[in-house]
Amino acid sequence: MKAAVVQFPGSNCDVDLVKALKQFDVAVDVVSHQQTDVFDYDALFLPGGFSFGDYLRSGAIARFSPIMTTVKQAAAAGKTVVGICNGFQILTEAGLLPGQLMQNETPGFICDQVGIEIENPATRFTKAYDRTEITLPVAHGEGRYYADEATVAQLNAQHQVVLRYQTNVNGSSDRIAGIMNEAGNVFGLMPHPERAVESLLGNADGQGFFRSLLVPVNVH
Amino acid sequence: MSQVPTEMQAEPTPAEIKQSRVYQQWGLTQAEYEQICQHLDRLPNYTETGLFAAMWSEHCSYKKSKPVLKRFWSQNDRVIQGPGEGAGVIDIGDGQAVVFKAESHNHPSAVEPYEGAATGVGGILRDIFSMGAQPIAVLDSLRFGEVNDNYTKHLVDQVIAGIAGYGNAIGIPTVGGEIAFDDVYKGNPLVNVMAVGTLDQADLHVGKARGTGNKILYVGAATGRDGIHGATFASSDFESETEQDRSAVQVGDPFLEKLVMDATIQAVRQFGSDVVGIQDMGAAGLVSSSAEMAGKAGNGVHLNLDRVPQRETNMTPYELMLSESQERMLLVVKPEALERVAKLFTDAGLSAVEIGTVTDDGRYQLQFHGQTVTDVEVNYLVTPPKQHQAERVPHRLETEDRTQYQPQIEDSSATLMQLLGQSTIASKAGLFRHFDSMVRTDTVIRPGGDAALVRVTGTNKGLALTTDISGRYTYLDPEIGGARAVVEASQNITVTGATPIGITDCLNFGDPDDPEVYYELDHASRGINSLAQRLNTPIISGNVSLYNEMDGQPIYPTPMVGMVGLLQDVHQATTSFVKQAGDLVYLIGTPGPDFNGSELQKLQTGTIHGRLRPADADQAADLQALVRDQILAGNINAAHDVAEGGLAVTLAEMTFTTPFSLDVQVNCPVAWTFAETPSVFAVTVPVARQAEFEQEARNRAQYLGRVTDNAAFRLQATDQTIRLDKAAMQQHDQEALTWQLNH
Repeated sequence: MKAAVVQFPGSNCDVDLVKALKQFDVAVDVVSHQQTDVFDYDALFLPGGFSFGDYLRSGAIARFSPIMTTVKQAAAAGKTVVGICNGFQILTEAGLLPGQLMQNETPGFICDQVGIEIENPATRFTKAYDRTEITLPVAHGEGRYYADEATVAQLNAQHQVVLRYQTNVNGSSDRIAGIMNEAGNVFGLMPHPERAVESLLGNADGQGFFRSLLVPVNVH
Repeated sequence: MSQVPTEMQAEPTPAEIKQSRVYQQWGLTQAEYEQICQHLDRLPNYTETGLFAAMWSEHCSYKKSKPVLKRFWSQNDRVIQGPGEGAGVIDIGDGQAVVFKAESHNHPSAVEPYEGAATGVGGILRDIFSMGAQPIAVLDSLRFGEVNDNYTKHLVDQVIAGIAGYGNAIGIPTVGGEIAFDDVYKGNPLVNVMAVGTLDQADLHVGKARGTGNKILYVGAATGRDGIHGATFASSDFESETEQDRSAVQVGDPFLEKLVMDATIQAVRQFGSDVVGIQDMGAAGLVSSSAEMAGKAGNGVHLNLDRVPQRETNMTPYELMLSESQERMLLVVKPEALERVAKLFTDAGLSAVEIGTVTDDGRYQLQFHGQTVTDVEVNYLVTPPKQHQAERVPHRLETEDRTQYQPQIEDSSATLMQLLGQSTIASKAGLFRHFDSMVRTDTVIRPGGDAALVRVTGTNKGLALTTDISGRYTYLDPEIGGARAVVEASQNITVTGATPIGITDCLNFGDPDDPEVYYELDHASRGINSLAQRLNTPIISGNVSLYNEMDGQPIYPTPMVGMVGLLQDVHQATTSFVKQAGDLVYLIGTPGPDFNGSELQKLQTGTIHGRLRPADADQAADLQALVRDQILAGNINAAHDVAEGGLAVTLAEMTFTTPFSLDVQVNCPVAWTFAETPSVFAVTVPVARQAEFEQEARNRAQYLGRVTDNAAFRLQATDQTIRLDKAAMQQHDQEALTWQLNH
């Protein structure tokens, strides 16, 4: 798999994502948010951080970056697109995923290890997991997933909810921690699997996410 | 001279300055002013007077603390760069080095806690990457008043949010530190921040304006009117009646600083020796960075202020030079590389403007609208007159009773529960949770342990990091208190398995013109220094924060010691938490009746008093070596040192967040398990390692009991037994502080 990690000004988990992908022998390049030609890549990753400082609303400026046009094209073409944390915020702002990420229910940044239920174990992001309860790190101040009731009902009905918090750490609608689009190739999640690939750092539950990505999928 | 530029027409003339003595408000004494007039052989103008006031402030010049700081031992064969630069640098092998420094942001945090704390993080990070290093971690030592008043709760909330707001966004993990509460800090909280970075030794850069003809490149944010006279603000006392000077506080922008940080590190790596010197614009902004760089190189510098990027209109030379706008750096660059270096910054969306030249005339010269608005000798500007501070033994030390406080313990189980709920002892997890401690994915031990442990990217090496404060002990005995801060820090490093290799400090004291305060400063630093030498931890950087007073009431004399330890293989590290039922619990060192200055004394009497027993440096070194060696040998799988609350608290804490408990017995009265004796450790040893451990430890360790999977925690002393439900104890410890902050 050939992957691109998109660097927006203010991205700060780009390096971590590259480190993790390399651990799974993925060929990975860091590409600038200004780049427009990323058609060679099988997968595009939007990392965590504070794109453009996130002073307005998380991801609200980044969605206008030149690369987002290409990201949309890649998504439409069925390529894998993953947004983690700030990347998830950018994907919702860009309309690639429904809903939005709002300030945590109790205001303030939360950095913790939290229990996660893998709600849909049959996705290209979760299929390598052999269990449905895992622990992943979260680190966000605006991680409360919000969508109206109809959207949430639809997400549930279509099995687009991939990850759910065991305990609702930030007040998300229906404890949603990660969702995918209808086609199943665009995934946004607040937890950080890239921070959980080494047991030395206390948690290796993110490994299943990367292993899942390496299982071949049919790209049309 | 031709006509005064419009911007400067409202400024008082040199004669008016002399008459109104405005310089005294800026911290220059009458004698200093007269000396400047004599040296210049004329009256200084408004800009020049401002420059001298800032450069001769304690914050910039250390003129009052210098005799104390000069004593600090800062050399061993690991030290690459000692004090005097942005940060100190220590060799960690394989051509790599660790760079670290601590700084205080007490005064800004008192008046604008969010921005004060945030810019504290930003400023200390600039000190690290100005050396060419990649910052890898931030730690904070915080002191607040008691959590029983709303203003303190507001300060806690905002300081924590400020540190988080800056550190999280810039993407450098906040990995540790400590927080404690005492009424003396109510009007004058302490916000001490330590930053740590790593570099390849070939990338090391220092803040020197070397090479005549080299260009001065201004990079980063544009200059505004914020933070003018921040340095002199930090060099004066607080009075609750007068308006607190909010204009002296700056506003931070972590997004911009991330761009500056990444570009600066890239410039160093890409252009190497073409970038001759780097310094951040911290306290006293443009004047201190440019004058210090020229002074250290023995050169002059000529600046054209018209070129300084400006955020506001009609700024005067005085404002441009003294602004402490954040996220700005000064680079000295060879002329032939100037364009390429500047482009690297402008490509990142930052200002990068050549504003002057390094000269060989030793002059500090500023041009503004075609006129010379400052022309002074660099050396004179950066060298304030020597000061002699009077010192006198504080009255309380002469009258204080030497005997130890004798606690009455009726129900030792209840006493342990109460201690666990004390704001200083209770878990800070609810506060640390706001800090991103994991970003960069190298944090092996996160906040909540004795020391944090961060892997050096791409290697097996680990750096153990801690910040420790011993204000109460320093109040009772400045020299022993200083020594105990170093002992405490080195114990925290040791229990991870790492070897302490160096120290940075923040010396937080009251008004140094008070002879009793100066005595405290002098003697606390003697204590720090003697232990630093004994433990082979050179003091390679640091910061002095004086004038920490509110209405003439100084804080406790509070030295903060930041320490770094090195571990060759992070996989050998251990933590303070017990690992499995059946493991054997040992005590290393000997608790004694050390109750003066303790949490127990404070709990029972509401105050601290009495004298301290001296810290035994040889014993500290010996026992730490034993603990470290036994961890590395794999004979110890959990280690925790005795600190606030004593052995009972230490043992209880070792079980928290684990499924285990303890059943142990000590050969002393139960009161002694609440004593705060230095150089005492609790460790656990796997059964299979017992013989080997006992052989190495000999009489330095005593067997206490076992790790269990019982629900009960049991600590039997000669007179009483503590029996508590472990889960209840843990819950109390975890929730006590949050509860206090919310009620």
